[in-house]
Amino acid sequence: MFCQKVRSMQENMTKSGIFIGAFCLLFSISLTAHKTLTSAQNGSQADTLDYPRTFGFGRAATLEEIALLDTDVRPDGKGLPAGSGKVADGKLVYAAKCSGCHGVTGVEGPNDALVTVKNPADQKTKARSKTIGNYWPYATTVFDYIKRAMPFNQPGSLTDQDVYNLTAFLLHENGLIKPDEVINAQTLPKVIMPARDFFVPDDRQDGPEIR
Amino acid sequence: MPDRKGDKPLVTEKKISRRTLLAGAATAAVVLAQTASGKSFQAALTKSELHLLEDPTKVPGVPPGTLGTRSPFEKPAKAPSDISSRTPLQDLFGTITPSDLHFERNHNGVPAIDPAKYELVIHGMVDKPMVFTLADLKRFPSVSRIAFLECSGNYRSAADGKITPQQICGLTSQSEWTGVKLSTLFREVGVSPKSTWFLAEGGDAAVMTRSVPVAKGWEDAIVCYAQNGEAIRPEQGYPVRLFLPGWEGNINVKWLRRIELSDQPFQTRQETSKYTEAIGGGKIRQFSFTIDARSIITYPSYPQKVERGWIEIRGIAWSGRGKVVRVEVSTDAGKTWKPAELQEPVMDKAHTVFRYLWNWNGQLTEILSRTVDETGYTQPFLKELMAARGGNMGYHFNPVTAWYIQKDGQVLFKAT
Repeated sequence: MFCQKVRSMQENMTKSGIFIGAFCLLFSISLTAHKTLTSAQNGSQADTLDYPRTFGFGRAATLEEIALLDTDVRPDGKGLPAGSGKVADGKLVYAAKCSGCHGVTGVEGPNDALVTVKNPADQKTKARSKTIGNYWPYATTVFDYIKRAMPFNQPGSLTDQDVYNLTAFLLHENGLIKPDEVINAQTLPKVIMPARDFFVPDDRQDGPEIR
Repeated sequence: MPDRKGDKPLVTEKKISRRTLLAGAATAAVVLAQTASGKSFQAALTKSELHLLEDPTKVPGVPPGTLGTRSPFEKPAKAPSDISSRTPLQDLFGTITPSDLHFERNHNGVPAIDPAKYELVIHGMVDKPMVFTLADLKRFPSVSRIAFLECSGNYRSAADGKITPQQICGLTSQSEWTGVKLSTLFREVGVSPKSTWFLAEGGDAAVMTRSVPVAKGWEDAIVCYAQNGEAIRPEQGYPVRLFLPGWEGNINVKWLRRIELSDQPFQTRQETSKYTEAIGGGKIRQFSFTIDARSIITYPSYPQKVERGWIEIRGIAWSGRGKVVRVEVSTDAGKTWKPAELQEPVMDKAHTVFRYLWNWNGQLTEILSRTVDETGYTQPFLKELMAARGGNMGYHFNPVTAWYIQKDGQVLFKAT
């Protein structure tokens, strides 16, 4: 963030009509501005310089208590537990635990649609739909999210086995894996998600441009 | 409620309005009352008791109490849905949102958390994985900051113009937040210089997670335990929430229970299939944290009716990029713009009150406001914004909003 401030300050300096013939002089002033702003803007770090190296508050976390909380799964598969899931088994879990909110085939709702409609009458519906097949850039997110937050009325109640099975089923329903493919810590990160290529990082520049 | 026959209340509120009298309900007014034994309570007066309100100088008032009360004549209210509740912007003055009117957006309800059992775990790419109790967090050097908090999905419109500021953009509020800088905790656990992202996780039923750049953690992130001078309200994350000034609401994780340092984002559901926006060309913008500059006129606004003559146009302006440097107001449907007065002190990433004194001649017109922030960004018109995003709306949508002033003084929203 402070780099953005520096940029805007340089622009302001230019705008306010400071005329400097030599480029190197301008460059050195920019450096000075950068230095000043770094310490001023980055007050959080500047303040802490007078702090002791450690306050000694808090205690060491044990590996066991971290493991109890740390269920997150990264796109590279780090965090995925042992086990595996099958499409056919996931279908049963889905019918019992998910269909009430997401619909019999994951399309009907009343809550979020999970499955992409294959041949929608209205193409715009498909384009806008935030289904797993349309809009989820990473397959690992499916496992992570189901495990931490679903079912909505009984969050955290599913076993890893349930979650693997459900993940396999939902990926298959979206046409992303074959019916006999097994989903586990090795295969899940490799599932190709169509939405992946659409996602771009924030392209706004923190300047006048409307984006 | 006490037995009012044996323990007669002493009424201590001001006169009620004629309109209330005319309302003719069985309960004619609700007032603060006191029992003979000294307890104060809200009492409903019947019509036959209304005379008690007529002269508050002739009856003793309510003695001091353990908690303040809002006048029973004032009834500001949030507007709830299943997933959020909106701040009544049109009913507020100044810039601090009363804590009980702060907007809410929850992903599976408000959890009940025992502060005595609360712990924050920080682990991952750190030298010392650590656990902090609430008491531990309060022992660290503290910091307070007044700043807005806004949900990135905060724009609504209505074709018939019958929509209030609360309904248009009531998912923004402002508080003084107090806590420990995240940078202080980063130092305590020894965050690896190679760490670039951290996961913030809530202890609610959604166990909600977001990935945050570590640079923001060093810059100005606060691990907050207080809001407007008291413990954070449950709806705002009691006992501890993350606060990232200027960044979209969702990433300010409430009920914060865990921070994991990493060298890549986690691609959680909220930051992939949720808080992302289509920007045209088939592209979807991700990790769009900063709230762009925005303003809204809160007076006059729908459903108010104004009279010809002097009107102080009032509103709030804000930007997640820094300070508001200018607010311009137009009273002629955008043909000309005049600078509004900004209430000092104008703070960084904070709601800023603006005012513009206007003498309305009684003719049909439109009034508008637009903000310019310190990055030179000017709040865009809806058409500009949609054009820049391939015809899409969605998150981070901050267009200029206009109000029609009709000849009879009725104010109606107009999408620009």
